[in-house]
Amino acid sequence: MQISQETLLRSYRAMRTIRVFEERLHREFATGEIPGFVHLYCGEEASAVGVCANLTEQDTIASTHRGHGHCIAKGVDVGGMMAEIYGRKSGVCRGKGGSMHIADLSKGMLGANGIVGGGPPLICGAALSHKVLKDNGVAVAFYGDGASNEGTTLESLNLATVWQLPAVFVVEDNGYGEATGASYACAGNQKDRAAGFGMPYMECNGSDFFAVHDAARDAIDHARSGKGPVMLHVHLERWYGHFEGDSMSYRASNEVADAKKNRDCLESFRKRVEQDKLLELSALDEIDAAVADEVESAVQAAKQAPWPEEADLLADVYVKI
Amino acid sequence: MSKKSFRQAINEALRQEMRRDPTVVLMGEDVAGGQGGSSGVKDAWGGVLGVTKGLLTEFGESRVLDTPISEASYIGAAAGAAATGLRPVAELMFVDFVGCCLDQIMNQAAKFRYMFGGKARTPLVIRAMYGAGFNAAAQHSQALYPLFTHIPGLKVVVPSSPYEAKGLLIEAIRDDDPVIFLENKVMYDDEEEVPDEAYTIPFGEANLTREGNDVTIVAIGRMVGMANEAADRLAKQGISCTVLDPRTTFPLDEQTILECVEDTGRLVIVDESSPRCNMACDISALVAEQAFGALKAPIRRVVPPHTPVPFSTPLEKLYMPNADKIELRSNPS
Repeated sequence: MQISQETLLRSYRAMRTIRVFEERLHREFATGEIPGFVHLYCGEEASAVGVCANLTEQDTIASTHRGHGHCIAKGVDVGGMMAEIYGRKSGVCRGKGGSMHIADLSKGMLGANGIVGGGPPLICGAALSHKVLKDNGVAVAFYGDGASNEGTTLESLNLATVWQLPAVFVVEDNGYGEATGASYACAGNQKDRAAGFGMPYMECNGSDFFAVHDAARDAIDHARSGKGPVMLHVHLERWYGHFEGDSMSYRASNEVADAKKNRDCLESFRKRVEQDKLLELSALDEIDAAVADEVESAVQAAKQAPWPEEADLLADVYVKI
Repeated sequence: MSKKSFRQAINEALRQEMRRDPTVVLMGEDVAGGQGGSSGVKDAWGGVLGVTKGLLTEFGESRVLDTPISEASYIGAAAGAAATGLRPVAELMFVDFVGCCLDQIMNQAAKFRYMFGGKARTPLVIRAMYGAGFNAAAQHSQALYPLFTHIPGLKVVVPSSPYEAKGLLIEAIRDDDPVIFLENKVMYDDEEEVPDEAYTIPFGEANLTREGNDVTIVAIGRMVGMANEAADRLAKQGISCTVLDPRTTFPLDEQTILECVEDTGRLVIVDESSPRCNMACDISALVAEQAFGALKAPIRRVVPPHTPVPFSTPLEKLYMPNADKIELRSNPS
């Protein structure tokens, strides 16, 4: 099925926004001005965006510690995200969550998560809400190859199948759980794991937006139609370390350079739309310029935004005591 | 109003709230108890001790959900469902099983609201049995309310009677924060007069089951009944006690505890949880800091030893606080 021009433009913009946002964070982190841990999503943009292009605002996603891409793809405000990462009161979580806890429930974004494997059980619950409330929604858990070995994930695959939930489990397999290779840490393979639960399995090349989009469309349509959960296995490469400051001494010296040169999802998107005459490249250039401005503004605004105040320390532990 | 057991009081609270609010759903291991069995009776058990009996029949499989024995997934699912529009009551069966799903409670549900800048509501209730006295041994007998009380973002309820259980559970279900609701497994057959209609008991308001002049006894959950028994005996010896049931360990009614200590000058705390960092320690610190001048004698704690809960009946009796121990520790002479 043809993807609409509107969706293509929106998706390109989201992927470019993630790329520029993350590369800027990489540079800003090196200055020492950004507190805490930051995990960058560069190289994986097509996964978040290809999946979320098939979702509505009402649908729910849960993300990971590497969550900026999922947030942007689900429509969380970029300025609010940047301010959050800088720990400012104007942040999307008022400076109390930071990079690993960005969430916006009004956008169906149930949170990045500092706990590996934290998201899949939550997504079972969100999917249950969609099912009980009969709102036709779907819930999507993004998790890595590392989290695929967590008991929470495996239990969630079982529960989602037992309850026949409208859920999609997206394994973002970038080949590393922190510094340890998936080839070492993941016994068997994801396909057989899905089969073990009687769950349909799909896989795709995560550097190709079109491949992710189409696989995700099929997976999400399946879940939305009431046929139960699906596993979507996305093969990816991350361009930076596990966290900022990681020297990546566990990776071959040419691994990232090769991925950047040969498997850049933004470059392959531009080639594809030019080749198939889907969009004018000038329109993409305009998006690039607009995104550069947007991220620049977000950084400047974040740096100048006020810090949270003392009263904020005690606020919002409970709805009511 | 009629006599109801602790078990019936909880069942009635669940039933009335499920009738009132279609977003209330139950989930847990064997809350229906019979799905997939060869008898074809889907609610054969209605909870491992029959607390949720009959709810599947009235509310159907979409709202009374048996789960696999898979605490991490369904407690996490309850948290996720609570954040996205439902009002789940998840049953953890024995609170000891929190070892299998603490992350979902401690790092997820409890922290959503704060981490997300006040933008989340997580109206989740987790029911679980606690307590020794059932020969259930070390992995099915703990009183872990201090563990939950320690975690900001959670509210913790420990009801002391059927009347208390019904009102506090309805309050818990209507509350917009995650609530841990602990039921003492020895008390399910205890009976008292319980109103037929729905009612709520607010959190953080202690209940004085009796008022006296000489000693304040703070007791939690099942210990309240034992404290009253001890107070009856002490009354015959001319010693009059206040017995204070905090009802919730968070929020804790600090004000009433301090006022009672100001009135009596003596404090005994009865807590069946393990003695280090338990509620007895917490309340002792509160009183030592804020009512030290009112104390006529050292604070006394009636608590178990720092051991796992033993299995054998005589050992378990030695382990547990009881009315004799409370009487002995509460006598000022």
